[in-house]
Formats: sequence, structure tokens, C-alpha cells
Amino acid sequence: MAETIAAQQAAAQAPSEADIEALLDELNVSSESNLISVLQDVQARFGYLPAPALEEISRRTKIRLSRVYGVVSFYAQFYTEPHGRHMIRCCRGTACYVRGGQRVIDAVKAELGVEEEQTTQDMMFTLQTVACLGACALGPLMVVDSTYHGNMDPRKALRVLQMYQEDSG
Amino acid sequence: MQSEMTTDRIMADEVSLSIDDTEVTVPAGTTVFLAAERVGIDIPHLCYEPDLGLPPSSSCRLCLVEVEGARTLVPSCSYAASAGIVVRTDTDEIREIRRMVIELLLSNHPHDCLTCEKSGDCDLQKYAYELGVKAPEYAGELIPPQPVQDGPAISYDRTKCILCGRCVEVCHNVEVTGAIDFQERGFDTHIGLPPGLPRDQSGCTECGNCIDVCPTGALSFVGAEGKGRTWELGRVATICPYCGVGCTIVLNTRDNRVVKVTGQPGLGINHGWLCVKGRFGFDFINHEGRLTGPLIRRDGELVPASWDEALDFVAEHLTQIKQEFGPDSIAALASAKCTNEENYIMQKFMRAVIGTNNVDHCARLCHASTVAGLAQAFGSGAMTNSIEDLDQATTIFVIGSNTTECHPIIGAAIKRAAQRGVPLIVADPRTIELTEYAAVHLRQRHGTDVALVNGLMNVILSEGLEDEQFIAERTEGFAEFRASVEPYTPELAERITGVAAEDIIRAARLYAQAPAAAIIYSMGITQHTTGTDNVLSLANLALLTGNLGKRGAGVNPLRGQNNVQGACDMGGLPNVFPGYQKVDDDEARAKFEVVWGSSLPASSGLTVVEMINAAAKGAVKALYVMGENPMLSDPHQSHVEEALKKLGLLIVQDIFLTETAQLADVVLPATSFAEKEGTFTNTERRVQRVRKALEPPGEARGDWQIICELARRMGSEMSYSGAAAIQDEIAFLTPSYKGITYDRLEQGSLQWPCPDRDHPGTPILHVGRFTRGLGKFHAVEFIPAQELPDDDYPFALSTGRILQHFHTGTMSRRSEVLGALVSVGVIEINPQDAERLGIADGQPVRVSSRRGEIEINAVVTDRVTPGTLFLAFHYREAPANRLTIAALDPVAKIPEFKVCAVKIEPVW
Ligand code: SF4
Ligand code: SF4
Ligand code: SF4
Ligand code: FES
Ligand code: FES
Repeated sequence: MAETIAAQQAAAQAPSEADIEALLDELNVSSESNLISVLQDVQARFGYLPAPALEEISRRTKIRLSRVYGVVSFYAQFYTEPHGRHMIRCCRGTACYVRGGQRVIDAVKAELGVEEEQTTQDMMFTLQTVACLGACALGPLMVVDSTYHGNMDPRKALRVLQMYQEDSG
Repeated sequence: MQSEMTTDRIMADEVSLSIDDTEVTVPAGTTVFLAAERVGIDIPHLCYEPDLGLPPSSSCRLCLVEVEGARTLVPSCSYAASAGIVVRTDTDEIREIRRMVIELLLSNHPHDCLTCEKSGDCDLQKYAYELGVKAPEYAGELIPPQPVQDGPAISYDRTKCILCGRCVEVCHNVEVTGAIDFQERGFDTHIGLPPGLPRDQSGCTECGNCIDVCPTGALSFVGAEGKGRTWELGRVATICPYCGVGCTIVLNTRDNRVVKVTGQPGLGINHGWLCVKGRFGFDFINHEGRLTGPLIRRDGELVPASWDEALDFVAEHLTQIKQEFGPDSIAALASAKCTNEENYIMQKFMRAVIGTNNVDHCARLCHASTVAGLAQAFGSGAMTNSIEDLDQATTIFVIGSNTTECHPIIGAAIKRAAQRGVPLIVADPRTIELTEYAAVHLRQRHGTDVALVNGLMNVILSEGLEDEQFIAERTEGFAEFRASVEPYTPELAERITGVAAEDIIRAARLYAQAPAAAIIYSMGITQHTTGTDNVLSLANLALLTGNLGKRGAGVNPLRGQNNVQGACDMGGLPNVFPGYQKVDDDEARAKFEVVWGSSLPASSGLTVVEMINAAAKGAVKALYVMGENPMLSDPHQSHVEEALKKLGLLIVQDIFLTETAQLADVVLPATSFAEKEGTFTNTERRVQRVRKALEPPGEARGDWQIICELARRMGSEMSYSGAAAIQDEIAFLTPSYKGITYDRLEQGSLQWPCPDRDHPGTPILHVGRFTRGLGKFHAVEFIPAQELPDDDYPFALSTGRILQHFHTGTMSRRSEVLGALVSVGVIEINPQDAERLGIADGQPVRVSSRRGEIEINAVVTDRVTPGTLFLAFHYREAPANRLTIAALDPVAKIPEFKVCAVKIEPVW
């Protein structure tokens, strides 16, 4: 169910082959291009990095697709799926876990009605979990976009979500 | 050139250092690790393995050493030795750190050595043991193994991966497919294909080289699971039975079965790397369908018989046919799959015992035109240079060779060269993997190679790019040749070949201006009615530019079968004795008559296709087939079948009941390559030892033993103590093999000509002098293919091979992995044609020619140009050769497999 929604969203948003070609032409993508800036530009245009775009980037830059994906998946800033206006990243690392991180994650999931790597139907939030956000002292940690929210518990986490909802409401 | 000089200078520059109180002197630039190795100090190492020849990733930190005065410990695998440094490799501090490294790795590693396939061969396990790491200190929760199998062969378990990066390095820079890479980061880092892509669409060739380099059990071959621990396996190094590259493979055996095939780091011309066929194509050896006892046809049925019955039957009938119809009513097919010794014995049997020169084999179908053409031009019909030479080429010209699929290890070498920046010219009507790497892709129309190459040479001459000195000093026939290419302006060449004139000009310059340009070609050149002409054209091109007799250059035909070179060398041809000594040369014949003790016929015998025709006409009464499958491999199948059925006696000696064997009167079970001693000669004239790893199944016997037994029953004693003794006789009679003995081969392979026991072999032919004296130019005119598309049959069909299968599929299609990778044949058609004819991708189609029809699924792809179709010939259910034409090259008698006219229609 959730998956079909995600798929529908993706389909609705997916740029056409022609859009992709046009953008890569415009960006002058070639074997001389800097991969990271190409990825940033493409994501800036489409909001995420659609698979056909990555394949075309690989062809034009002559960088293997496996390496393109390697780079994309290395940087948290890149998304290969369309995502919501706000990106929530909850930590599931050990330090956060022992302090109740999982309960925070469960609460967020229940509130938004999504699983990891999914986007709410209203395209407001995308939920991700991350192995360690590198600020273990603040755990349990939840990062929305680039703002760190430390010492979370389920109640506090929901309040944070509300804040963003109201902001955009 | 320049880099060679720099290395020379560095080599001259040596540095001395002290390692664990031992002085050692090494060339500057040597790593501390390798310097230590020189004095017998083995520094623990995990991510790096010198034998693999891969650059260090320096990620594991196990090889840390102390360098006096340095602030921190340094990784010895990448730290360059410099003069005067004092290194310690084994202090308490270092041991402690090493222990920590291993403990850390084990802390998130499943501890399932009990059942892990890698146990006993795992570097992590080895160092845990050596460093006395008991239970990891940081052991958290127990981690279960998480193997993920995608595709039929390879499984990856991220929990066992130490992220050394060896597999990635091999995949990107050795195999050059770049299918896998590091994905994600931090704790989630793992090795992976692009997510969501199935392995077979990711560019992965399933070569499995990543498995071989993995130091732990992270990557493994699923087929070997549970079949034996490392220490239970026998290991025998031998030669791959598939293509002419001649890779050294290691058969890992247990209980008389092959469990897996691996490469041995650094060993063989393949340096331990293998392709998918060599690695995973071994199931045929232990296949239940192997022939285990002789069969004789009784009342129309093939029924089991004893060896005595079968051999007596054959001996009696051959003797009788010979008496009644003369020796020339008997013919034999030698075999490009069998060893040199077996081929030698087969042709000796036919010539000395039967008394006919009617012996030929499938080389006729792939490279007869090479043997004929290169012999005319240079005096020797073989690859002029070596595979290693490709490292020195400054331009590579590949024509009519889909190298990455048909000769994968050479294909990878070409891709590596292109990756280094060596310009690659590819001439092929189809888009192939190599065209991605090409500086120029010349997409000539089928069968127009002569016009294309003449066009190139026209440009070279008109721009004055020829090598005048070479032409003057080392060649003849130039004037006439020059006149012959004058008309082939790039414009005319464009009209004939369809290749843009400017591309022809660009390619000509690239080729001619290179200091050393190598030509690589294969069946796309040879399998034409103009095959010999095509070969002569390429010889002209190399002569014109002086690209012969030097490193990195040459005219290099890639031979198809593992031992097709050897079968030719051994005289498995109707016009020559071993070593290409002509049967009509009285002196040569006299020599063989003395040694073989019988009088020999002086007139050439029949070639493959002529034998079939003679059988159809009743002139050939008996055919003895050793390890070949003419029913699938020869052109115009229905005609072949008719001919074979007409024979009075068809003897098939093989390891399976092939399509041909099913028609036989007697079937003799032979041994596979894994069950015998012998030699194969690879495409670059390299004679290599084949070693026995298994006992033959049932009563199967070696080919030469069977033939000698027959000879004895026919009253001619032929007996040898073993393969080595046969090689001694070969050496005695064959100048180019004279210096080759089994003792020497134990020390390493030898490339012929090897004229005496001290001769090191010949990596490059025609240095300073051609085998025939001067290199000879030939004027070659373009002649179109015999059967061109017309209104009734509007498509040009070309046949060939694919990576995953081999020849008639007898071996490869019995492999689980290869079978799973590609289970059915397909025909390739261009999208334009497909649309016009209403053919969808994957749809069944009927393809017919004037000779027959087949049904097969279509693949719609722009790999082929409009108006052309491509079909692999491996499939017995859709045999390409039901369609092909038996039109022959007039000189080499090779059939035109590469062009025939067909029509194609959807099947609903
Ligand atoms: S099997 Fe070969 S091509 Fe495939 S991932 Fe491994 S090394 Fe790369
Ligand atoms: S899979 Fe093996 S070779 Fe590849 S990075 Fe992991 S441990 Fe190294
Ligand atoms: S390249 Fe040829 S010889 Fe080498 S492993 Fe593959 S099939 Fe065997
Ligand atoms: S474990 Fe959560 S931030 Fe490190
Ligand atoms: S072996 Fe040197 S860092 Fe791994």
C-alpha cells in the first residue's frame, strides 16, 4: 500500500527522458564534468536523482554506474527517490539506541504513517534512519533538514514534527 | 617510450635500508613491504596481496611498521623505501595494534568459520590465529551471516566483507567492467552493484575474478558450497578447454569431481584471471551424460559393447573399406579440442595406417583463410606477436573480432589499453562492447572488409604515411600492390562499405602514425568466401606501415578453440604434415616415411566441406570423427545430415553423445581434458601442459590410446609410453617444435618456433627477416559476398558467438552457471526493421534461408544495423547452420558463415 503510493508519487514526479537529456545538455555534462556538482545540479532541478538520470550521467561522464551510485549513496544530501519537503533523519546508532532511539523512530512512524525511506502522502515529510549521525552525546537524535534535535523522546519528537507542520500550514 | 626510460633510471637508482636489523638494497620506489619480502620477512597483510598485482588500498592497517624517526606507524604496503631508513616490523606495540585491527574486524563479523566456505583459505582467520585473537573484546551482539546471491554463481555477504576494495579494483581495472563499487558509508558501507539492477544488466560479466581476490568469505561461488573444504580439495593447474587464449586454470577436485575452478594469482598468460566460461563452465566434466562405454549400432539402435567388440568392429570395417574402395574412401576429422599428441596420432594413423591425406578439422571453419593468407604473405600462418605485446601497442586495430565475448581475457587487455589512453579502432558491422572504448568505430557492411582496408591503405599512401624503409628493405610486390589500391579512395570505400570517408581517413592516420600498431582479427575476417583476401589485406596493411617484427605490432588472428592452433601445427590438415611440412614435398615425405615406416600419399586430401560433399556423393565411405560435431558446426545442416547418413561407416569418438554421434555406427568414449596429460597450443603459438586431475568416467579412454589400439588391430604397431613420448616424436619430426620437451614445459610454456633445446621460444615472428624471406604484398580486389540479400531473402544474416557459450554448446550448455546465464538463443534485429515487420522484443520469429528455417526469439537492438541480423550458433534447438551457406573461399575452402541471405517473420 505505502509502496504503491510512493510509486505513484514517483511516477507523478518523474521527469521524462527528454527532460533529463535537456538538462544534461544544458549542464554540458561530459567526461570532463565534476560528478558531484552534476549530481547537485540535477537534484536541484528534479528534487531527487531519478535512476534514468543517473544512467545518462554515467554514460556521458564515462563514470561507471556502480561508481555513480557509490557517490550518490555516500553523501546524505543525495536522494534517489522523490522526497517530502522536510527530510527527517532519525538515528538508530548504538548510543542513541540505548537511550531509547527506537521508540522515537516508532513514534514518528506511527504519527506520519510511513515506514523508513517513505514519504507522507501530502509530500510533507520523508523519513530516513541513519546508522550514526556523529553527535552521540545528544542522543537520541533526530535531524530535520539540517537542524539537530537532541535528547528526543517520543513526545518531544511529535512536538518537533508539529512545529514543521504548523510552519508550512 | 618515455615511461620506459623513467623506469630505467629508477631501476638504476637503488636504496639501502634496514629492516629488522637486516640490510636490504632495493630499487627506489619499492615499498617497504616488498623490500621486507626480499629478505624473507612476511609482514601481515590483509587488504593488500602482492601476488595479485593490484595496487594497495592501504585500508586495513594490518601491515603497519615502525620507521625510526617517523611520528606514526606507517602502512608498509604503500610506504616507499628510502635510503637509510630503519624499519621494525614486529615490535610489541605493532603486535598489539595488529591484534586490535583483527579484533575490530571480528567484532562485527559473524563467527561461523565452522561452516564458512572460506575456512582454511581465509586471511582474516589466518591472522586471528597467528596473532592469537581468541574472542573479540568488543563482541557485541552475535551477527548472523547475510549472504545475498544474485545471479547463478556469486554470493556476497556484507558481514564478512572487510572493505579491502580488492574486488572493486579487479572489476574496474583488470576485468574493466566496473560493475561493482563501494556503496553507502559508515557502518552501512558495502560492495554492491548499482542498486536495483540485476547482475546480468549491470555490466557484470560473471568472470568471478572478484571471488578469487576476496581475502575472506565475503564473495563466494555458490556452486561449491558444501562440496569440500579447502584442505580436502586436490588442486591441479591445467589449461582451459574453451577458447584459444589458453588460460591457466586450477581444477579443485574432490572424490573425482571438479568442485570449482580458480585462477592462480600471477600464473599463466592470464595471470590468474579467468572469464565466465573458464571459471564456471566445468560441469560437463562430471556430467551424467558422459559416455562411459563404447556403443555399436545394432538393428538401428546404438547399444553398449565391450572395447574389444567395438575396436574389432572398427578395425575390420576400416580394413575392408580400404581394400575394397581404396584409402581415399576413408576420411577423418581431427579435433581442435584434443591435445597436440592426440592430433598427431590421428593424422599419423590416417596417413601411415590408412594411407590417405583425408584429415582435416574445424580450423577449416574458422581460420583456414588465416593459415593460407598469412603463409602467403609472411611464410607462417600464425599470430605474429604475443598477447603480452598488447601492453606495448600504441594503437590497436580490432577488426571482425568481438574480443570481449569470444576471447575475454584478451578483450580485457584491450580495454585496459584503451583505459590507459591507447587509441582503439574497431571495425565491426555490429556495436560490440569494444566499440564503447573505440576512438573510431568503422561500421562496415557485411563482407566489405577488403574495400575498407584498401581504403585505409589508399589514405596512408596518399598522405605519405607508409614506412618506406621497411617496404624497401623487407618486402616485395609493392608496385603492383600500390596500383591496386589506387582506385580505393575514401569516397569509393565509403560507397562500398557504408563507412564515412572521414572516419576511414581518421582511422588510417591513427593506425599509420602509431609507433607500434597491433591488428587483432578473428572470424569476422576469415569466415567469408573472400576470407583469404581479407587476411591478405590486413597483411598488406601491416607491411605497408612496417608493423611487423616488433613489439606491440603485428597481425594477430585470435584462434577460436583451445587447441585449434595445435591441431593445425600437428598436421590435422589435408595438405601438410606436422609443422606445415607439405605432403607433396618429396623430402619431407621421405623423412616421415622413414620414421613412420610406411609409404605415404603425396596428394592433398579432402577438406571438411569437401569430405561432406564426397560422402554425399558416395566417394567417401567411412568417416572417423574425433571430438567434433559437424552436425552443428558445419554449414548447411540438412546437407551434412544427409551425407553422414549415407556413409558406410561413421565412427565418432567423443565425450558426449553429440548430434553427430547419434548418427554413428560406432561410438567410442573418450576422456575429457581434465582426465589426460598432454599439451595445447594457444592462439599465440604457446605450447602449454594439460594435466590430469581426474580418473576418466567408466571405461572412457584417451584418444591417442584408442587410435593406437585400432592401429594395432589393423596390423600397424603404434605404441607410446605416454604423452611425453609422443611429444618426443613430434619434436624429432617438426622443426618448430624441436626444442620442446615435457621437462622444459614443466618449467613454463614455450612459444614456437623453438628450434632447439636451449632456444627460449619465439614471442614475436618475423623479427629482422620473414619466415619466407621477404614479406609479400598482394594486390587484392573487393569481391562481394556470395549470397547477398534480395527481394525474397532481404536480410544479411551473420553468425557468431556469445560470451557465455562455446561452439556447439556440447560443453558450455551442460554448465549450470552458463546455462542459467543464457538458456536460449536469440536473434538480433534492428528496431527499424522490427517495427516495420511487427516484431516485438522477445517475440518468437521464423528465420529462413534457401536451405532451411529455424524458430527463435528476437531481440530488438541497435547493436545490429538495419537490414542485418545476428545469430549465435551454439543452439541445437535453433541451429544457425540450418540457414548458412556452404559457399567456400576458393583458396582456404572456408565457408562463408558471416553472410547469407535470409528472411524473418513473426510467429504468432
Ligand atoms: S564477476 Fe567480474 S565483472 Fe562481475 S563483479 Fe566480479 S569482477 Fe566484476
Ligand atoms: S568483498 Fe572481499 S574483496 Fe571485496 S571489499 Fe569485501 S573483503 Fe574485500
Ligand atoms: S578467456 Fe578463453 S581460455 Fe581464458 S578462461 Fe575464458 S574461455 Fe578459457
Ligand atoms: S549513535 Fe546516534 S548519533 Fe551516534
Ligand atoms: S595490507 Fe597494508 S594497509 Fe592493508
